[in-house]
Amino acid sequence: MKTFEYTIKDEVGIHARPAGLLVSKVKALGSSVTIEKGGKSASASKLFAVMGLGVVKGDTIKITVEGGDEDTAATELQAFFEANL
Amino acid sequence: MQKLTGKGVSGAIAIGQASVFQRRDARVTRVKITDIAAEKERFEAAKAEAIAELDAIYQKALREVGESGAQIFEIHSMMLEDDDYNESICGLIESQAVNAEYAVAVTADNFAEMFAAMDDSYMQARAADVRDISNRLINCLSGRKQAGASGDSMILCADDLAPSETVSLDKSRVLAFVTTHGSSNSHTAILARNMNIPAVIGVDGLLTSVKDGDMMIVNGCTGEIIINPDEATLDDAREKQRADQEKRQLLQNLRGKDNVTLDGRSVNIYANIGSVDNIGEVLANDAGGIGLFRSEFLYLESDDYPDEEQQFRVYKKVLESMAGKKVIIRTLDIGADKQADYFGLAKEENPALGMRAIRICLTRPEIFRTQLRALYRASAYGNLGIMFPMITSTDEVEEILRICKDVRQELEDAGIEYADRTELGIMVETPAAAIISDRLAPLVDFFSVGTNDLTQYTLACDRQNPALERFCDTHHEAVLRLIEFAAKNAHANNAWIGICGELAADTSLTEAFLRMGIDELSVSPSSVLKLRDAVRKLDLSK
Repeated sequence: MKTFEYTIKDEVGIHARPAGLLVSKVKALGSSVTIEKGGKSASASKLFAVMGLGVVKGDTIKITVEGGDEDTAATELQAFFEANL
Repeated sequence: MQKLTGKGVSGAIAIGQASVFQRRDARVTRVKITDIAAEKERFEAAKAEAIAELDAIYQKALREVGESGAQIFEIHSMMLEDDDYNESICGLIESQAVNAEYAVAVTADNFAEMFAAMDDSYMQARAADVRDISNRLINCLSGRKQAGASGDSMILCADDLAPSETVSLDKSRVLAFVTTHGSSNSHTAILARNMNIPAVIGVDGLLTSVKDGDMMIVNGCTGEIIINPDEATLDDAREKQRADQEKRQLLQNLRGKDNVTLDGRSVNIYANIGSVDNIGEVLANDAGGIGLFRSEFLYLESDDYPDEEQQFRVYKKVLESMAGKKVIIRTLDIGADKQADYFGLAKEENPALGMRAIRICLTRPEIFRTQLRALYRASAYGNLGIMFPMITSTDEVEEILRICKDVRQELEDAGIEYADRTELGIMVETPAAAIISDRLAPLVDFFSVGTNDLTQYTLACDRQNPALERFCDTHHEAVLRLIEFAAKNAHANNAWIGICGELAADTSLTEAFLRMGIDELSVSPSSVLKLRDAVRKLDLSK
């Protein structure tokens, strides 16, 4: 299991477009990915659940990656967050 | 004639006949079913159909509004495939043995409510997306075609329009649309802007006031709607529409073009702004930069001195929004006709000749230093130039340069980042500055001529006094000679020179300014393209 934290820099937070990108990204990975914000957590392969967390700019979220390719998956996700959020 | 107002979300004026959009009843009845597997199959088939429709809409949107506007329909497809959404629908079909339509409707309500209950207005607006995809599913299930509007050249009136309905509209027939509901954050509003269709939303009482065939005027800028206008109002609106179209045409033809004369001389055309709110206009009118950002508003809109952090945030925002284009910020120009009480300035007999602008800054350096620190800190985020107003002597400029150097040293010592190079310039708005421009030019990177004050001081004409208008000749040879002299001295000392006063937009002088060698003209955003037009028609070789 790999975890890392990320603080959202994007002005509008995880709105529909980046949530969609994130979900497609996660679905392409072999690991399962969970996002946690303030005690609420959601599977990152579920669009409505991710949007439902209401992650806005300045929020720090915890990302947990679990599965066969968790090491590379975590690195890829970290890069995804840096580039998109 | 009846007037209504809503929120204008997409520009321009439209005049035409109303067509009231009746959405077909998507109400769903709960039916008990016996074959659960068959019902789930029916749902899967409808989902595949809905996704195929969305793909077609995505392709249409891609052609008409571009990728960023089309993306929402990709998201809609993903929403239809969302695990939780599907589990909820299939779960209802299984556990309650109900028809798929009903399961979708209940699920849509639950998910829409989840979004509606969120704090964020953007997320609240997503409830409309959930309803849009769910209605599409229900229509596919029941074999109904998604409702579309019909008729020629009409102004569409509806309670609300879903994003997919908006994009499905035939642009050649829909002159504008007006809705009772909707938010400016909604994808519908965003799509309207991208499709260039005038739109007004949030119009209370719309559907009770308007009926099919009524004449309507819709103003997408102001949000004003007039139903069955009288002849005079209609003529007025037609005139406005014509002027508006002419402007748009000009915009269309001149956007992205260079400011270059027929014989190849180019000039920078920048915009003057007085607040962050104007940046949209600067970009929309394709200005090459900001030639004068009046920082006074920060002081005038405040009850106390704006602190460094507050100023920094504003300057940074302007620089970032202009993405590397030149932004020249003028340090505070308070005094004379612009007063802020907390400065506690003494009442003066002749305020225009009094304690104003740089004179305040040099008398009360703590105010000046705060502004300079904020400016230098912001310099790291774009292409900044700083300009100082009301200069009359080399001593003043030398003192300013010392303070700037001090401030840079302070930031350096504190390890705070600032740009390697920030151009420093002065306003030439006193006859003194123009006359000693040969001495001032070696000290600075640029001059910017403030023609309003330069005219008032050269001609000894109070510009606030309307009775003096006939004496206040803005084309007076004395003023033009001072500008020409300053231009000559600027160029002799490797400095550039711009004009940021109202005269810069006077196209009867554009040729004269270019012949003087003026490098930049900074005008109000709405004058940028008119000026570009004038420049492109000039031939200085003749």
